[in-house]
Amino acid sequence: MKNLISMRDLSKEEILYFMEIAEKIEKGDLNPNMDKKLAALLFFEPSTRTHFSFATAMKKIGGQTITMRGTSSSSVKKGETFADTLQTIAQYAEIIIMRSPTEGAARYASEVVDVPVVNAGDGANQHPTQALLDLYSIIKTQGTLENLTIGVAGDLKFGRTVHSLVQAMSDFNPKFKFISPSFLKMPAYIKDDLNEKNIEFEELSEIDEKINELDILYVTRIQKERFADPEDYEKVKGSYILEKSMLKDVKKNFKVMHPLPRVGEISTDVDNTEFAYYFPQAKNGVYMRQAIIAILLGGVK
Amino acid sequence: MKQLKVDAINNGTVIDHIPSGKALAVADILNLSGSNEVMIGINLNSKKVGKKDLIKIENRELSQEEVNSIALIAPSVTLTIIKDFEVIRKAKAEIPESIEGLILCPNPKCITNSEKIKTKFKVTDEKPLQVRCHYCEKKYKIDEVKIRI
Repeated sequence: MKNLISMRDLSKEEILYFMEIAEKIEKGDLNPNMDKKLAALLFFEPSTRTHFSFATAMKKIGGQTITMRGTSSSSVKKGETFADTLQTIAQYAEIIIMRSPTEGAARYASEVVDVPVVNAGDGANQHPTQALLDLYSIIKTQGTLENLTIGVAGDLKFGRTVHSLVQAMSDFNPKFKFISPSFLKMPAYIKDDLNEKNIEFEELSEIDEKINELDILYVTRIQKERFADPEDYEKVKGSYILEKSMLKDVKKNFKVMHPLPRVGEISTDVDNTEFAYYFPQAKNGVYMRQAIIAILLGGVK
Repeated sequence: MKQLKVDAINNGTVIDHIPSGKALAVADILNLSGSNEVMIGINLNSKKVGKKDLIKIENRELSQEEVNSIALIAPSVTLTIIKDFEVIRKAKAEIPESIEGLILCPNPKCITNSEKIKTKFKVTDEKPLQVRCHYCEKKYKIDEVKIRI
């Protein structure tokens, strides 16, 4: 594998290979050495957390990073084509990790340069490293990816992260419960895909409605700006806030995940329960990104 | 005796069995505003399909790419290539598996709309015809996209 652009490109076997390598790195059974390797982190859209996670991952396997942010600091404003910018950076770095608001930007980059390209998010399209770290968190807590019941709550219409997650889990015979306000429901094209694959799902409007059936509850942020009337937001927001009192009868293996940052959709009293998994999930992201970079740089034999 | 409504052509291509009302769209895709003589028939009676459109283009043989581009909006068409009043080849338009450079991606955030890149689409479903952009991965019904050669 040369690039990581989209979950669509990955077979089930390849997904499981990423899991295996991340686990070996976490356990210390594998120590890739990326000494003298340089990763160029091109962030054409602000994302402090993803940037920080990649930089940490690269440093933990002995590599170094350079960062280019925004379009203003780049030569893009001087009229240079995107292809020229990329080809120049590919002369300096061994791997390009790229976040862009433009959809398809990472795919295009991978066709322009010879070095490996990692998609760190392209607009509303794909965020495959997030999907892989989410899967890694699921397999770590559940022991398997197969036959799980997964609740996905929040903004399901615009949430790239949840789209990738649903897509990535589709190979593993899941059952989904989608929990969202009516106007932020899972888009039709995702539901069509699920119907085609005979994957069971139902749509709910209260976060605790079927919480006792879930193995995983994946909570995402609902942005106030999505609501035309701020009063509507105040009216519904309570339906999507997870509180400790809702967790009385959940399954023993139940875990709450969140891609972070959260802005109140998980009450802080959940943090100290055995079910909270969002901070370990962020840590898993570093192991997964170490694995991804090492694999693409040929550092895993 | 029945009279031909449109004259036979000497050399060129006859595009027959265009769904009624689609002839102008086909002409648009093929960019027929050049110097070739073109005859367009709309709502002609057809024993096979009831009503149909038809286009005759003098002195131009369509490439396979052009034929495929017609298939995107008029999959039922048949093509007859004529030389010296003789039929030298008949062809059916076939929906290709992938389509390069013909479709403009309707997604304003797609990279193909901000960089000079040849678009690439994969046909995902045939009925109704749907395509997915190779870059932004958005899926569209064929009547949602703009087709250009």
